[in-house]
Amino acid sequence: MSLLEIENLSLAIGDTPILKAVELSVAPGEVMGLVGESGSGKSMTALTVMQLLPFAARASGRVSFDGIDILAASEDQMCALRGDDIGMVFQEPMTALNPVKTIGEQVAEGIRWHTRSSRAEAEERARKMLDRVDLPAALFPLSRYPHELSGGQRQRVVIAIACALKPKLLIADEPTTALDVVLQAQILDLVRDLVAENRMGLLLISHDLAVVTEMADRITILRHGEVMEAGDTARTLSEQLHPYTRQLAQASMHVPARPKAHGAGQGKPLLEVEGVTRDYPGRRASLFKRAAPVRAVDEVSLSMAPGQSVALVGRSGCGKSTLARMILALDKSTSGTIRFRGETITGKSETELKPARRDMQVVFQDPYGSFDPRQKVEKLVAEPLHVLEKKPTPAERREMVAHALHEVGLGPRDMDKYPHEFSGGQRQRLSIARAIITRPKLVVADEPVSALDVSIRAQILDLFAELNQKLGIAYLFITHDLTVARAITDEVLVMHDGRIVERGKTSEVLDHPQSEAAKALVAAAPDLHRAIARRLQEQG
Amino acid sequence: MTLHVDIPEETLARILAKAFRNRSFLIGLVITALVAAVAVLSYLWTPYDVTKLVISDKTQSPSLAHWFGTDHFGRDILSMIMVGARNSIAVALVAVGIGMGVGVPFGAFAAARGGLIDEVLMRMNDLVFAFPALLSAIMITAIFGPGAINAIIAIGIFNIPVFARVARAGALAIWPREFILAARAAGKGSTLITIEHILPNIATLLLVQGTIQFALGILAEAGLSYVGLGAQPPMPSWGRMLFDAQTRMVVAPWMAIFPGMAIVATVLGLNLLGDGIADILDPKSRRQR
Repeated sequence: MSLLEIENLSLAIGDTPILKAVELSVAPGEVMGLVGESGSGKSMTALTVMQLLPFAARASGRVSFDGIDILAASEDQMCALRGDDIGMVFQEPMTALNPVKTIGEQVAEGIRWHTRSSRAEAEERARKMLDRVDLPAALFPLSRYPHELSGGQRQRVVIAIACALKPKLLIADEPTTALDVVLQAQILDLVRDLVAENRMGLLLISHDLAVVTEMADRITILRHGEVMEAGDTARTLSEQLHPYTRQLAQASMHVPARPKAHGAGQGKPLLEVEGVTRDYPGRRASLFKRAAPVRAVDEVSLSMAPGQSVALVGRSGCGKSTLARMILALDKSTSGTIRFRGETITGKSETELKPARRDMQVVFQDPYGSFDPRQKVEKLVAEPLHVLEKKPTPAERREMVAHALHEVGLGPRDMDKYPHEFSGGQRQRLSIARAIITRPKLVVADEPVSALDVSIRAQILDLFAELNQKLGIAYLFITHDLTVARAITDEVLVMHDGRIVERGKTSEVLDHPQSEAAKALVAAAPDLHRAIARRLQEQG
Repeated sequence: MTLHVDIPEETLARILAKAFRNRSFLIGLVITALVAAVAVLSYLWTPYDVTKLVISDKTQSPSLAHWFGTDHFGRDILSMIMVGARNSIAVALVAVGIGMGVGVPFGAFAAARGGLIDEVLMRMNDLVFAFPALLSAIMITAIFGPGAINAIIAIGIFNIPVFARVARAGALAIWPREFILAARAAGKGSTLITIEHILPNIATLLLVQGTIQFALGILAEAGLSYVGLGAQPPMPSWGRMLFDAQTRMVVAPWMAIFPGMAIVATVLGLNLLGDGIADILDPKSRRQR
């Protein structure tokens, strides 16, 4: 007898069909993985079960949970179910918690509401629950506010809220996507244990096949609102009967072809970083007193050759983005020197930096935030031309933009569109077009593919590799995703707590990590091959 | 992965469609357009000449000849309201212009610089903000004497910190965005970034604040004229008309009712308009009222 049974579920918002005849079931104690790319309807399926759909949505079919017909249930019935029998964990721990309420209040809220218990009783249960998710009251009193916790700790609070009443079904919608790999592994362990302890059914929604493979007993693959394939996780992914399953699996493990490293390791170093440190002033304790400064980057030295592709990996908050900003001269270093093409760029004024800016560009993580929503593509992509010595004429400018767009696989007609008219992957192409328009020698890419779906990610990695081959651009890839580092870089630098703790050839470091930090990263990184192998082994 | 849902960039057609479904925007637009039309019309034609005193017709109640009645000098109230409208609009418009023209660069500059400069500028701003419009108007008139121009300056000065705050708050929210970093990586300085990226992105905020300040300006002008610091006779003004009516409330209530209604309607219309624009441009308010 299934706990959750979805039969022939179709959903439309206005005239747009979102889900088409979706079938899915979760048994008590079972982990069902729901996989698909963005826009495939994964989250909408979850919201249908919770009856938290947007206004204009109409659902048809049958959804039954524990014998209750969800689609016909009244709002009062649903209120009784939500949080009590069905718990939900959201992707973004920043926004899933109320910033003006303490964590104790937020965990106790659901307990009080559903069990009608007193405040003291509810707080006692909340304390136990927070203790269970490894936030012991001695270190994390109930009176803490969400902003006093780190991302991983916040996600633990969200899980505590969802599991406080021991729900029969837990829905986790991309619970670890916003976290780095080490935190991801910890959170997944916690969820796995909680589910096993209470024999909960778990509906795990993710775009990451490796994560789902490690967690789920069965898997459902969704595309454009339709179920492509469903079945036992290990068998489905090892046999890859459905072409889309194969496509997804291959994209997750994609490694771009890089026949030769483009002149790497020759000539004078392109970039030299020597003993660079960045301190941030401590929090103001009182009007005249400040806490000790926080050292984000600590005595970092590195050097890059022209055309070389280097990965800077580390957990979130290790200082890798700060270092990148200093290299791009967007942030000032506290001490140390950075030389680009032999010239010092630290401590220079904006005018003196112009020649360096010409040869140094950047690609950001978020394809939505990296473009001014109110300007057209032509202007956006042409932005770096500002640093050219000779300003191009409008006609020349259009020509250059068209050329850059062509190089990233977009057409000249895209020039007159606004950024919102493009998909996430296309925007990342625009971002790359903007970065290469001045023919730079170095591109710093800050998590350039972590916001993209796997198939798009594979295409963008291919594009990076191709441009490296063709134009000889050196890359500094900042990432916490080791698959990306492995796929596209020659060398890797592992950063931890503001220091570089390990460096070397990518394959050597990732296969035989020496430092603790590198070992932790490698151990926590989800790997599809390994996960499938382990599953198959378990089943014998 | 921090995907924040961006302002869904909407096409003009969709914004218009949304506007026509928004009741407060429509009502506000109609009222504001009507007031503006009356003001324009007053240049071409008014039922009576507002500078000519006809003592024989004094304090007549509303009739077919004088729809809104006449005042204690026999002037036609309707004509005076029409001419007064252009005075009110002119004062409020120029005052909003002064506020925006000085306040927005001020706030944007403070946001671009940050740190100590920001702190000092904004505290200076708070200092100006601490004086109500009426008080600064009294100070200005004490120095330069009463009149419409000084009323404009006083209300304009009062508007500066309002726009400075809105511009700074809006700009501060845009500065940390990645597209600004990208522009900086392209070597653009803070002035150029402010003009190219910050201002277009806070324009809607300023537009909404502008309509609200416009309404407040009309109210402030009426207040100043009422205490005799605004437009001077014989130039009719709504506030002045209320002042003249006050001693004759019992004998000639129409003298107070009609200019009062004109002020209420105009301020209400502008507020509704501002509310409506905020609603239409705010991606979070999908639901229609």
